[in-house]
Amino acid sequence: MALSPPTVAAAHPAAGRIPLLGLLHEWVVTVDHKRLGLMYIGSGLLFFVVAGLEATILRLQLAVPGNALVPPQTFNQLMTLHGTTMVFFVGMPILLGFANYLVPLMIGARDMAFPRLNAFSFWMSLFGGLLLYSSLLAAEGLYGGSAAPDVGWFAYAPLTSRAFSRGNSTDYWNLALLVSGIGSIGTAINLIATTLCLRCRGMTLAKMPLYVWINFVVASLILVAISPLTAAQIMLLLDRFLGAHFFDTQAGGSAVLWQHFFWIFGHPEVYVLMLPGFAFASEIIPVFSRKVIFGYPVMVAATVSIAFIGLSVWAHHMFVVGMAPAANSFFAISTMLVAVPTGIKIFNWIATMWGGKIRFATPMLFCTAFLFQFLCAGLTGIMLACAPFDWQLSDSYFVVAHFHYVLVGSLLFTIFGAIYYWFPKATGRLLDETLGRWHFWLLVIGFNLTFLPQHFAGLAGMPRRIYTYEAGRGFEIWNQISSTGVIFQAAAIGCFLVNVARALFRGPPAGDDPWDGWTLEWSTTSPPPAYNFETPPEVRSRRPLWDQKHPGDPDWRYE
Amino acid sequence: MSAATLPLAPEWRLPDRGRVGILGLIVAESAIFTIFVVAYLYYLGKSLAGPTPREVLHLPVLVSILLWSSSATVHLAVRALRAAKLQSFTRWWFLTIVLGSLFLAGTGREWYRLITEEGLTIRTNLFGTTFYSLVGLHASHVIVGLVMLTTVFLLALGGHVKATHAGRAEVLSLYWHFVDAVWVVVFTVVYVVGR
Repeated sequence: MALSPPTVAAAHPAAGRIPLLGLLHEWVVTVDHKRLGLMYIGSGLLFFVVAGLEATILRLQLAVPGNALVPPQTFNQLMTLHGTTMVFFVGMPILLGFANYLVPLMIGARDMAFPRLNAFSFWMSLFGGLLLYSSLLAAEGLYGGSAAPDVGWFAYAPLTSRAFSRGNSTDYWNLALLVSGIGSIGTAINLIATTLCLRCRGMTLAKMPLYVWINFVVASLILVAISPLTAAQIMLLLDRFLGAHFFDTQAGGSAVLWQHFFWIFGHPEVYVLMLPGFAFASEIIPVFSRKVIFGYPVMVAATVSIAFIGLSVWAHHMFVVGMAPAANSFFAISTMLVAVPTGIKIFNWIATMWGGKIRFATPMLFCTAFLFQFLCAGLTGIMLACAPFDWQLSDSYFVVAHFHYVLVGSLLFTIFGAIYYWFPKATGRLLDETLGRWHFWLLVIGFNLTFLPQHFAGLAGMPRRIYTYEAGRGFEIWNQISSTGVIFQAAAIGCFLVNVARALFRGPPAGDDPWDGWTLEWSTTSPPPAYNFETPPEVRSRRPLWDQKHPGDPDWRYE
Repeated sequence: MSAATLPLAPEWRLPDRGRVGILGLIVAESAIFTIFVVAYLYYLGKSLAGPTPREVLHLPVLVSILLWSSSATVHLAVRALRAAKLQSFTRWWFLTIVLGSLFLAGTGREWYRLITEEGLTIRTNLFGTTFYSLVGLHASHVIVGLVMLTTVFLLALGGHVKATHAGRAEVLSLYWHFVDAVWVVVFTVVYVVGR
């Protein structure tokens, strides 16, 4: 069109006149997968700090018995916000952000399959989070209802019915997740289409980096996992606004049905969160062990099996509901079955490290700790899969400890590993290794101080979600240690934030390939140009950069 | 030994992103419908008060046939577009919109009768709750489909739809086929099994 060049030219002086506003405008209207990915991760980290502060208040309240730092209602709200935020507005955006940033680069594409859908999905996700937090400002005073949602992150019926949840706090929870869920489904569709349709020449499915493979499986899982939550939330909306009776026990509705629907979403969601952690580890461990990943096809098969089995384990969250013995047995066995592919993965990572020339740079430190802590998480998971054991410990702090070993001890550790690993690619600057080590060790100490004792508090009978407890029940010491750990964790996060801030302005230049990596993202500049690759790359093996660096001994000879 | 000794595949063909994208959406939508269908089946016969499905529901044979035949017309339309027979495309496409609209009118008439004559609303009992939400979810998908079909139709009237757009029209037709296929399930569950 004849009009376009002048339009573009007109936009630039404006950008020059008000650089900050122009820059902001560029980021708001962008459809570039790298910028959207960074905004995803940035918004996730922002919510991470908020939800972390909420957790800090919870730990302060529980530090001593009979504490009255926050009233019970506020405790419930903080607990609900902490859980909801961490799952939907920290975990999901950070992981989808990484996938957004890395998948096109790793498959040698110039962008995602649907760039505008990508922008739409990101903004849906961000505004979902803002909607959740606007409940703090908006809902107070309406019908004397509470300000923030207080129904727990899984919002069990009938607590969410009009009779028990007056005002609009539950509706904020409901709509916020509905909106962000649509965003997640959009990004999942985008990732699937990108992976299947935009791979560079030569990159067959069997030559994709494991990161791409795992995120492809995750995206497929999102399609069938998030949608049931969307459906159940539509039902809850109908119940609350149109007087429908889905979860209304007075009219014959079933509160247990909500639990089923929620966990049909909720358990695959755990894998939606954890599998990308495996994906990070599967890229970082080989590079820092200087060996190819052990058992690539088995890793892919294990990922697919985890996703499949993960779809049929949901009711292990409901052993205490009173299901039939057949159902209890089925869900106990299917849950234990997940341990098989997961165990295979752990062995493969160890086998990758075995005999390698391991470099313990910060990303590798985080991945090594992940292996240990994830093993603990897996073992307590198998313990809880035994239905009789679960009857004893369901809804106790043992469960809280278990899933924090998964989501913090495993997922968060791999996320930090990934940030240290790919930060140089995204910004062109290296993070400081010394501060990175402080960050790592403080977090290892703090995390284990906080969550290891919670196993014992749970075994001693401490229920979860209580806002306080009596003295003399044997809970005090564990809670005190647990709360002390927060200091170390906060210090660790402080180191991290200082490290990022310093590196952004004064970090040493990273170069294109600081870790001597093997996947395609390291072949372009740091940060990559808007179009990623000047000429579309061609690939002959799973480690295209190895082939390029070692033309005499390329990988494709052995694959 | 250079890397070039391993020849790359001479042909490098990947699936069409539009097709893959819409199939992804269809998988997600199927999961949503599954949950609603499960709720419908789970609450069958659990209503504490009447009316029951047997008392008030009639088999909507005619409108169902209209909807299902719209799958054929949209298919013929896409085929005509691929063959660059633009007039034929516009005719078949318009017929699809007419058939879809007639189906929607049928649902509207059914709901009007149920609400005004039988006194069944979404808050009457569990049957009302599950019936209106499942059929309503489907009807809302029909409406979305009709809006998209009509947009393309208006573009076609303005002469903006060419044979090169056949791939995109096919993506839309896949969504429409999905809406029709869901009706097979809803029809079976609500009007055959549930009655």
